[in-house]
Amino acid sequence: MKKHLLSAADLTVDDVATLFTTAAEMHDVQHREVKKLPALRGRTVINLFFEDSTRTRSSFEIAGKWLSADTINIAGKGSSASKGESLRDTVMTIASMGVDAVVMRHGASGAALQVSQWIDAAVINAGDGTHEHPTQALLDAYTLTRRLGTLEGRHVVLVGDLTHSRVFRSNVLLLATLGARVTVVAPPTLMPAGVETWSKDVGFATSYDLDEVLPTADAVMMLRVQRERMSGGYFPTSREYTVGYGLTRDRLAVLGPDVPICHPGPMNRGLEIAADAADAAQSLVLDQVSAGVAVRMSVLYHLLAGEGGHA
Amino acid sequence: MSPQDRPVLIKGASLLGEQTADVLVLDGRIAEVGSPDAPADADVLDADGLVLLPGLVDLHTHLREPGREDAETVRTGSQAAAVGGFTAVLAMANTNPVTDTAEAAERVLDLGRQAGLVDVQPVGAVTKALAGEELAELGLMARSRAGVRVFSDDGRCVSNARVMRRALEYVKAFGGVVSQHAQDPDLAGPSACCHEGEWSGKLGLPGWPGVAEEVIVARDVMLARHTGSRVHVAHASTAGTVEVLRWAKAQGIEVTAEVTPHHLLLTTDLLAGYDPTFKVNPPLRPDEDVRALREALADGTIDAVATDHAPHARHDKEHAFVDAAFGMLGLETALGVVATVMVETGAMTWADVARVMSSRPAEIAGLGGHGRPLAVGEPANLTLVDPAAATTVDRDASVSLSRNNPWHGRSLSAAVHATLLRGVPTVREGRLA
Repeated sequence: MKKHLLSAADLTVDDVATLFTTAAEMHDVQHREVKKLPALRGRTVINLFFEDSTRTRSSFEIAGKWLSADTINIAGKGSSASKGESLRDTVMTIASMGVDAVVMRHGASGAALQVSQWIDAAVINAGDGTHEHPTQALLDAYTLTRRLGTLEGRHVVLVGDLTHSRVFRSNVLLLATLGARVTVVAPPTLMPAGVETWSKDVGFATSYDLDEVLPTADAVMMLRVQRERMSGGYFPTSREYTVGYGLTRDRLAVLGPDVPICHPGPMNRGLEIAADAADAAQSLVLDQVSAGVAVRMSVLYHLLAGEGGHA
Repeated sequence: MSPQDRPVLIKGASLLGEQTADVLVLDGRIAEVGSPDAPADADVLDADGLVLLPGLVDLHTHLREPGREDAETVRTGSQAAAVGGFTAVLAMANTNPVTDTAEAAERVLDLGRQAGLVDVQPVGAVTKALAGEELAELGLMARSRAGVRVFSDDGRCVSNARVMRRALEYVKAFGGVVSQHAQDPDLAGPSACCHEGEWSGKLGLPGWPGVAEEVIVARDVMLARHTGSRVHVAHASTAGTVEVLRWAKAQGIEVTAEVTPHHLLLTTDLLAGYDPTFKVNPPLRPDEDVRALREALADGTIDAVATDHAPHARHDKEHAFVDAAFGMLGLETALGVVATVMVETGAMTWADVARVMSSRPAEIAGLGGHGRPLAVGEPANLTLVDPAAATTVDRDASVSLSRNNPWHGRSLSAAVHATLLRGVPTVREGRLA
């Protein structure tokens, strides 16, 4: 495994298998009465969040604490150059305190990669702008693998605001590595620039027609659609979006009861996902959250505790 | 004897890469071409194997003074220009304060004269404070000692069609030209930072599509036709812009255009590492645009090469890509890039280089003393180029104050050997004289 986790593309099939094996062990720990493992005792993990986050930050925080790392949360003061201090100065200051890993969330794409070039500590990308969110892709794949057995040859459908989604970008990379057949669905205005070219390189299909794709889906991932996108002219109304691209009650019926439904949260119930779908027995939304802690424990463990061995 | 009075004999240069001759310079002018006898006190420049060009003229330079003297000053920018073979540069108006008055323009002119290395010709803002709303005092800048003829809100597009129309009409009275930074702000979000396309989609960076430039170029050529005025397209960067220019020129519309060295070689894939050194506006484009731009430069659809030299203090580039400053250095490397991509490849001759880097830009800017033929009686603004010198660019060797150099580590063919401003060497052996 590489020193940093910046992109889902950094991970080989073997890396993912290793991470999932450990994650499964960590997952069991979550159900024990005493959850703390000594694996990272004496190690320091900084959660450096330049952008607000509740679920990802607390997931990493719990993961670090259950591994006995000293976990410290720092809220960055925004990413704007106008605030005076350069990004380099900000992270160099923190790195100089002697940390082992920096878990970083930043509103700017590429920020985690840049930071990894400046500091010695391991950098874990916890979301960089609209670029990537590799631990989200890992926890999604982990959750789906547990449900489906394998992702090899399975048809996974991602639906939503692809242009602005880091979850989408990490997921298509990781799902391709794991051999899944992927189709991404969005209205043309929410398809990322140039996707017709690079989808071929990565290995996924695109569609504007959810109803055409849904009958062959083995799993569906709904992505959050921000209501502010309407003012940008990406789509006219939320009603129209739901009719075209929402996982409605009617579409849920098309899916059948065994097709798992994922959503990275936070959900806009009634917009991209109907309550019936979000709360259906096949919905993995809460399993994703629980798997998130286990997968992040596994990532921290493998990046910080060195190669080989198990907790 | 002051350097101004000392005769200079350039021995054995290949004039425009064509015939070889000796050139005698007296009193700032070319006194003789052929086999003149050197006066005893002459400063003899051995130009065996070198190509003599008229001094280069840059239509598009950011010298940052006043306002950001930590990034560049008129003096250090003039140094970089001279080392790059330039004898005249147009200094863009987006300083702080903006060059939008006669007084501001004269100040830049005077700073250039004090530095004394190149002729620094101020560009005036089109609109007050570059706000895009009210015309700046275009006429007073034109009547000032600076004699401003080129007006630009560069860095911003004059996007309002009414304002652009009035500006084009108004500058006709004094033979001015509006140099447009063509980029429709409505076709991209405020955080756009790169070309919209395959790489922006993959990297998750907000981009400008090529069409944001092309719709403004198309609109502006129609406004130029309507007003009978002259429009100049700054840093043309897309194949679509080239198509519009080709059409407009065929109609006889008075439009000229420039392309930067970086848009002739560097492409969008360089953004893969999110290195803000490659963040520039207009952005680096895909290979198909680069090829169209080279072709357009060779066939004259694009008139000139202009550097868009944009120095930035290091800390303004040490941000996340989307937050870092736009722009890259260009003065010192421009000739080497053009030699590498246009001359080395056989697409252009040295005479063509003289056209696109000296005579056409001088004509567009109305600089009578520059871009002249290598003929007796002409001002001795001259550049000697070593066409065989391959150099590897080292950003730390720059005479600019800034280091945002996208060419660092690249090897370029040809190097500026000497530069003469009105007969006085400003650069010898590639270094400031």
